[in-house]
Order: sequence, then structure tokens, then C-alpha cells
Amino acid sequence: MTQESFSARRASQNQSQEAEEIQVNTNVQSAGVDDLLDEIDSVLESNAEEFVRGFVQKGGQ
Amino acid sequence: MDRRIFGLETEFGLTYVPSDGRRLTPEDAARHLFKPVVNWGRSSNVFLENGSRLYLDVGSHPEYATAECDQLSQLIAHDRAGEAFMLDLVDQAEDQLLDEGHEGRIYMFKNNVDSAGNSYGCHENYLIPRKIEFKRLADMLIPFLVTRQLLCGAGHLITEDEQTKFVFSQRADHMWEGVSSATTRSRPIINTRDEPHADAEYHRRLHVIVGDSSMSETTQLLKIGATDLVLRLIESGEIYHDLRLENPIRSIRQISHDFDGQTVVRLMGGDEPTALQIQWILFESVKEFVARHGAHHDQVDTVLELWERTLRAIETQDYSLIDKDIDWAIKHKLLMGYAQKNSLELSSPRLAQLNLTYHDIDPARGLFHLLKRRGLASSVVSDTEIRDAVNNPPATTRAAIRSKFIRAARANGRRYSADWVHMKYEDEPGGIVLCKDPFAINDPEVDKLIEMMSQRA
Repeated sequence: MTQESFSARRASQNQSQEAEEIQVNTNVQSAGVDDLLDEIDSVLESNAEEFVRGFVQKGGQ
Repeated sequence: MDRRIFGLETEFGLTYVPSDGRRLTPEDAARHLFKPVVNWGRSSNVFLENGSRLYLDVGSHPEYATAECDQLSQLIAHDRAGEAFMLDLVDQAEDQLLDEGHEGRIYMFKNNVDSAGNSYGCHENYLIPRKIEFKRLADMLIPFLVTRQLLCGAGHLITEDEQTKFVFSQRADHMWEGVSSATTRSRPIINTRDEPHADAEYHRRLHVIVGDSSMSETTQLLKIGATDLVLRLIESGEIYHDLRLENPIRSIRQISHDFDGQTVVRLMGGDEPTALQIQWILFESVKEFVARHGAHHDQVDTVLELWERTLRAIETQDYSLIDKDIDWAIKHKLLMGYAQKNSLELSSPRLAQLNLTYHDIDPARGLFHLLKRRGLASSVVSDTEIRDAVNNPPATTRAAIRSKFIRAARANGRRYSADWVHMKYEDEPGGIVLCKDPFAINDPEVDKLIEMMSQRA
């Protein structure tokens, strides 16, 4: 929980994210809506109904 | 007030998805999530070195309260830093769970409602002068807050009479009163809990609990920026239109459910403007106020431009004007596009999943973040600014004092406690300092405590 370890971890993740961003930007012109929808499908858990129904909390404020 | 203290408190939704079939309750997941916090601060309720507060709130919700901020971009960066802290905890908890033989993923959502209809909040805090008469403030502010969802609702799908439809706000259906001291049993738009965390003779804290959490930084900018401007107008004592609503709670739901913004809202005086007309009146009043008194910070023009553009988008139903900037419009475009492409009804479980996953804070799989990476959602602060907010307090408020104190105590291995106003060195009799001024960035008494901590053997 030290912020030092924190920033180190996040820094490495951010770098890879920035690299990814550059890659995505070069693709953006050729890639259309289909590509976006494909990417969405690739990150979603497969069982939509179970995933949504499983998300139950106690109420908060 | 020219300079105002702001703070945002965000409660996150939490779920664990096992890949080995072994479930965990949200309480268990929260307990694992907060293990590193307890190890760090011997409590699940801690103030961090960047001045913020991290804790488990009512209903096992992880919550992050930003440190005191006095600028909009600073506040947005610190709110985003809260997401970074949560992501770090998720990483650690998943590793820990794996060690214990649980294979699965933790999801954290920056949203306001779960699948069973339980709600949790995003609370906004604004420091306001004590001398303002609270009833007058509430009378003028509530019409703004009830219609503000047109500007900064997160968008949501609801099913009514077996019809699923897209609405402006997640939170609107969970509000039950205009003004009260309750938070969970019966949620008011403005909570009257009067803990100014400042000199109560001069200040009070306005606690607004009606807002949706914002994924979009531009939406956050408009939400806080416009509210601050309306507060300035009210604080000026100038009279403007009487917009008191006959029934704020009935109106807030009707407005959320009516996606064309044309719902008629009945005022106490008998007039029946639409929600959109009320927003236009408020916008014009604020714009005119700024023209007369000048801008009090360098983002006022941006806030006004975004405010006007959003109202224009609703008026013309041309949502493309704001579909990179305003949460409900970004989400609406995403859901409608996906539904059309896959020939799905709005009632499809897949769309409920998109509606939820929009709020996933994981940058790799959350749908808002996916859109942002593709340039389909705008931002206000850079990754560098967010990283800075993770590590450092706002330099312009009392958070700087708290941060310095906590860092010194930890560096010297001292027993200490800290909250919004108290800094206490536990090993020193009488070693407690009360910091009542949220605008102060130095406190000689706290410096003395720090000196004692570094000197004693």
C-alpha cells in the first residue's frame, strides 16, 4: 500500500498503454465500426446474463 | 466564493467472477481488496499520503474521497487517482486470491446501481459561506440539480411495463426527498449533514448526493463547473427567476425517463416549463452573471461552452454534438450502435452487460476506456497529472499539511492519526493540532509536531 510501489506498477502499465495507444491511432483511419465492435466482444465476459445478474451489492449511500 | 474547496466521494461497485466456479460474496471480495490497506494503516479507513481518504463504506463499498481541491482539473485528477488506487488493490487482491486457490477476476464499477436495484453514490462537496440562508440556497439550487442530469447523467437502461428504454440518469430513481439528513434510508438531493471540516463560524459544507458518477472527465468538468457557477450566482444575492418545483422527486424521475428533454415540470408558481427550458434559463442567468462579473478561473469559458452545446444537442436531438464529451451521449451511441449492428433489442442481456461494463474502471477492458483509447471520448487531465495526484496532495489546500504530517510520521515510524481537520502524534501528550482552515497550506503547529517526531529517539 505504499504509494512508491504503486507508482512503479502503474508507470509500467501506463507505458504499455501509451504504446498501445500509438498503435491504435495508426489503425484508426482504416478501422471502422466493425473493428470497434469486435474489440468490444473480445473484452466482454461471454455469459452476459450471468455476469449482469451476478453483480449484486448491498445498498450504499 | 472566488476560491472554493471541492471534494468528491465515490463509492464503487464490486463483483468477483470466478473462472473455477467458486463464488465469493461482495463482502469477501471487499475484505480481500482491503487487506493491503489494513496492513498499511491498521484500519480499513485510512488517510493516504496524497491527502485523500480510502475506506470501506456502508454495504462493503470501497470508497475514495479526494483530498480538498480548489481547482477543477486538480479535482478531476484526484478523482481519477482514486481509480488508480482501486486498480492497484484489485491487482493485489487477485494475486492473493490465486495464492488461496481462487481463480477469477475482480471487477470494479464506477457506477451507481447494481442488477438488483441497490444504489450507491457519488457525493459532491462544496464549501459555501455560512451566512447564506440554507432555505434560499435549497430553493434556488434544487431546480438546477433536478434538471442537471441532462448535462451529466451517466445514461442507463431501465425496464418499465416490460419496455426497456434508455434514460438520462442512474441515480434519479433512487432519490426520495429534496433536503434531509438521511443518506441510505431515504436519500435526499441535498444532504444537510453539516460537517464543514472547517471553521463552522464562516463555512458550511454543501453535500450533494443526487449526481451520477462520471466516467468522462469532460462530464465531470461540466458537473462540478456548472454547479460552482450556479452557487456563485446564488451567493451573489442577486435575484433571478423563481424556479421552485412543486414536486422535485416526481420531476427528477420524469425528467430522467423522458429522453427528449421535453417533460413538463410544474413549478410552485404554476408555470410549466420543460426540463430543457429550466436549464436554458439557468444557463443564460449564469452566462449573463459571468459577463458582468468576469470569469473566476480559466476554465469558465470551457464549462459554459460545453453546457450550451449539451443543451443544444438535446434541443436539436443531434447527440453527435456531445457524443465524445457527455457520459449519457457516449453511452447512448455505444449501446445503440451495438444493438443495431447485432440486431438486438434494448432488453437483450448483452446490452445490460454493455451498460454495466461501460463503468468498469479497468483500462484494458472497461468500455469507456476502450472508447477513449480510440479517440471516441475526450479527456481533461493527462496520465502524468493523474500519476502526480496518486503520489502528491493538491499543493494549494490543507491536504498539503496532512500529507506532510502523514509522510513524516511514517518515515519516522511514529504512531499517528489524521483526519480532515486533526493531526495527532500519539506518542506525545497533547500532541494534537486542529487545522480549521482548508485553504491553508502551512501550519506552524503541525511543523512543531513533525519536528518532535523526527527528534525523539
